[in-house]
Amino acid sequence: MSEATLAPPAGGRTTTANRNMVLSSLRNGDRFFFWATRLSAWIVLLILGGIIGSLFVGAWPAIREFGIGFLTTQRWAPNAQPDPVLGGLGPIYGTLVSSLIAMVIAVPVGLGVAVFLTELCPQKLRQPISTAIELLAGIPSIIYGMWGFFVLGPFLAEYVEPALIATFEHVPVLNQIFKGPASNLSLFNASLVLAIMILPFITSISRDVFLTVPPVLKEAAYGVGCTTWEVVKNVVLPYTRVGVIGGIMLALGRALGETMAVTFVIGNSFKIQTSIFAPATTISAAIASEFAEASDVHQSALILLGLLLFVLTFIVLAAARLMLMRVEKKAGN
Amino acid sequence: MNAPTVNGGGSVAIQPPADTAARAVKVDIRKVDFFYGANKALKDISLPLHENEVTAFIGPSGCGKSTLLRVLNRMYDLYPNQRAEGEVLLDGENILSAKQDANLLRSKVGMVFQKPTPFPMTIFENIAFGIRLYDKPSKSELEGRVEDALRGAALWNEVKDKLHTSGLGLSGGQQQRLCIARTVAIQPEVILFDEPCSALDPISTAKVEELIDELSAKYTIAIVTHNMQQAARVSQYTAFMYLGELIEYGPTNKLFTTPSDKKTQDYITGRFG
Amino acid sequence: MASLYHSRKRRNAIAMGLCVGATGIGLAWLFVILSTLLWNGAGGINLAVFTQMTPPPNVHGGGLLNAIVGSLIMTTIGIAIGAPIGLFAGTYMAEYGRYEKLTTVTRFINDILLSAPSIIIGLFIYGAVVVPMHGFSGIAGALALAVIVIPVVVRTTENMLLLVPQQLREAATGLGLPRSVVVQKVAYKAAKTGLITGLLLAVARISGETAPLLFTALSNQFWSIDLTREIANLPVTINNFINNPDPNWKRLAWAGALIITFAVLALNIAARAIGSRSATK
Repeated sequence: MSEATLAPPAGGRTTTANRNMVLSSLRNGDRFFFWATRLSAWIVLLILGGIIGSLFVGAWPAIREFGIGFLTTQRWAPNAQPDPVLGGLGPIYGTLVSSLIAMVIAVPVGLGVAVFLTELCPQKLRQPISTAIELLAGIPSIIYGMWGFFVLGPFLAEYVEPALIATFEHVPVLNQIFKGPASNLSLFNASLVLAIMILPFITSISRDVFLTVPPVLKEAAYGVGCTTWEVVKNVVLPYTRVGVIGGIMLALGRALGETMAVTFVIGNSFKIQTSIFAPATTISAAIASEFAEASDVHQSALILLGLLLFVLTFIVLAAARLMLMRVEKKAGN
Repeated sequence: MNAPTVNGGGSVAIQPPADTAARAVKVDIRKVDFFYGANKALKDISLPLHENEVTAFIGPSGCGKSTLLRVLNRMYDLYPNQRAEGEVLLDGENILSAKQDANLLRSKVGMVFQKPTPFPMTIFENIAFGIRLYDKPSKSELEGRVEDALRGAALWNEVKDKLHTSGLGLSGGQQQRLCIARTVAIQPEVILFDEPCSALDPISTAKVEELIDELSAKYTIAIVTHNMQQAARVSQYTAFMYLGELIEYGPTNKLFTTPSDKKTQDYITGRFG
Repeated sequence: MASLYHSRKRRNAIAMGLCVGATGIGLAWLFVILSTLLWNGAGGINLAVFTQMTPPPNVHGGGLLNAIVGSLIMTTIGIAIGAPIGLFAGTYMAEYGRYEKLTTVTRFINDILLSAPSIIIGLFIYGAVVVPMHGFSGIAGALALAVIVIPVVVRTTENMLLLVPQQLREAATGLGLPRSVVVQKVAYKAAKTGLITGLLLAVARISGETAPLLFTALSNQFWSIDLTREIANLPVTINNFINNPDPNWKRLAWAGALIITFAVLALNIAARAIGSRSATK
């Protein structure tokens, strides 16, 4: 055991000192990169804070002026004398009802497509059909608005609405909801456009959670002679319930805040009417159509509506995420 | 003067190397404990790695042999809640101390993993990448060092015509030798092999084993393996670990022929594991 | 027994028939919307659309050049600001802070921002940029778009980096590479196609956004690339032109709608193609 064996083997090694120098020169860059990424993660949180803060500041004059009554007042008269009267009930009602109707239409259809894609569709067609459905989500919302205004609206007013009005003419309650006259611009039209827009969200999330069902479970059910429908009803849906609801809530979050498509077809009326064929408005449509020309307390009231919308969608989306996180955890285990 | 000693570890059967030409101690592991959170995965491990020799670590799955290897280049630093206690001396310096630059350490202690892990770039870049970090070689110098590394890993003849194609296009055995070449190119002093052949077919395995043998002329090598024949073939020293403890350490032929611990004997004769 | 069996079979047939029908309806919408666009828009497309400025009302001719250029400028700036922030934030979450509380919270908030109404983003930028700057501006529009880009890129970056095998990071770390080099030279490279997919999706997402531009960038009838003033852009121009009785404006609006939609769909399809190519590799 001579000293010589302790020396590093020969062969032109980069010396330790050299490497130390290189690494310490990289250390600053390393630290910079770390802090740049960490700061960016914080920016995401700051954006949320910024949104809430700026909406609150903008809405403050209206909050001070109208207080809690804003939520229960239907009259929207920015030019009333001597003081403007502004109540948010109309757009709040329109937002909730249009989204509700959209969900009633889109959920069954979206789930049906997801069942088709996971259980029935030939393997070869699965990808193209899912892509086509998901492309619906890529179409800009203003296009839906134009299409709803020029194509869907007239079609509904001409054929669908008169038929519904006639059908329910003598049924109590329903004859108030489906009450004429038929109109190009109505809550119903907006709901239908919304339904089409959120369909891809429901479909793609439901499909994803359907795929988390362990094949064993389905095979076991098929093994005892269940039909496809029975497997879906008794195995797939119960197993994926939380995830499907999460997906639906996510779509609801989208529907509540959708702007351009609704603005084109809803008719922009702040008056609440029982008939879904009457014009109405939503929070986002009200903001989109009035904000640029609004000033003072009128503008502030619109921002207050925006704040309410944000709080509403935040709650819905947060609930959706919490549910989907539960599914992910389950799938992960 | 510094005959390898194994400190502490009451139950450890110490086997002084029979052959008096034992080489200097390159890495001295002293009373190392390791924790995954509150879970103690290594208990009071002490043993030396001799310079230019191959030391094999064997034992049933979960015995801590891979964990020990990951202590030697501080790979566990990547994960929160993992920590090591004790000392590991590399050329007399404690690499577990906070003062030790982990990256500098890793440039001296290279590692080859269980599954081949070529980077998503060309064969040439896979090797040049690390060289460029530490040196600014000229183009021809760089090409020379890449070639040396590939020759060193017995891969040159197979890839010299496709250096600029993706490393992912190679076979599993070739990929593993590419990873060895990549490690060698950094000119480390110690190379750690973590079950390097477990994903390879027998022919590739034989090539890698042969390579390890050649590499031991220049480097100090530690290899974790679940294959006892492999340990017997490639190593000069073997350590048998069980449940986070070092049961027995000694010259390979001694440990395999006349183990002094009952557990070692049971394991190498296939009675458990 | 037989009747029970038959009723079960019948029920199955009905349910499955409805599923097929639902799919048919979904696909029909896509087809109908695209045909409407082609029908109304294709006739309005000519060279002038790409080479001339937006016309005043009630004259013939004119094009969308200033609107297209304005949109391109704002989209580019929006991406240039939003994409790096998103990339870095996603990198922090996947590479450095994978087990930290900050990551869990950021992921949660980011997912909410991802679906937040875009008009709210417009209100935010109005309050945060337009009011302090005393006027609508191109930079305000670009910032609104950037705020929309960030969550999209954060999401894809984090997801794609989480798919990079940990072994690859360990291998790179084992060579003594500092963490930032491991991330930039190895992890980004391994996740490259996924990151590009995310970027394309982000571009697609903001290309058609109208609501957040309505009161940030506003629009402009004329040629202007001054970012501190109102700037013309395609979505708002379409919105203004389509609501006007002037047939020439309507024609241009449909042409613009066709251009935007096909650009967005092409981006979506390209993103998917790149994504699936990397998935099969």
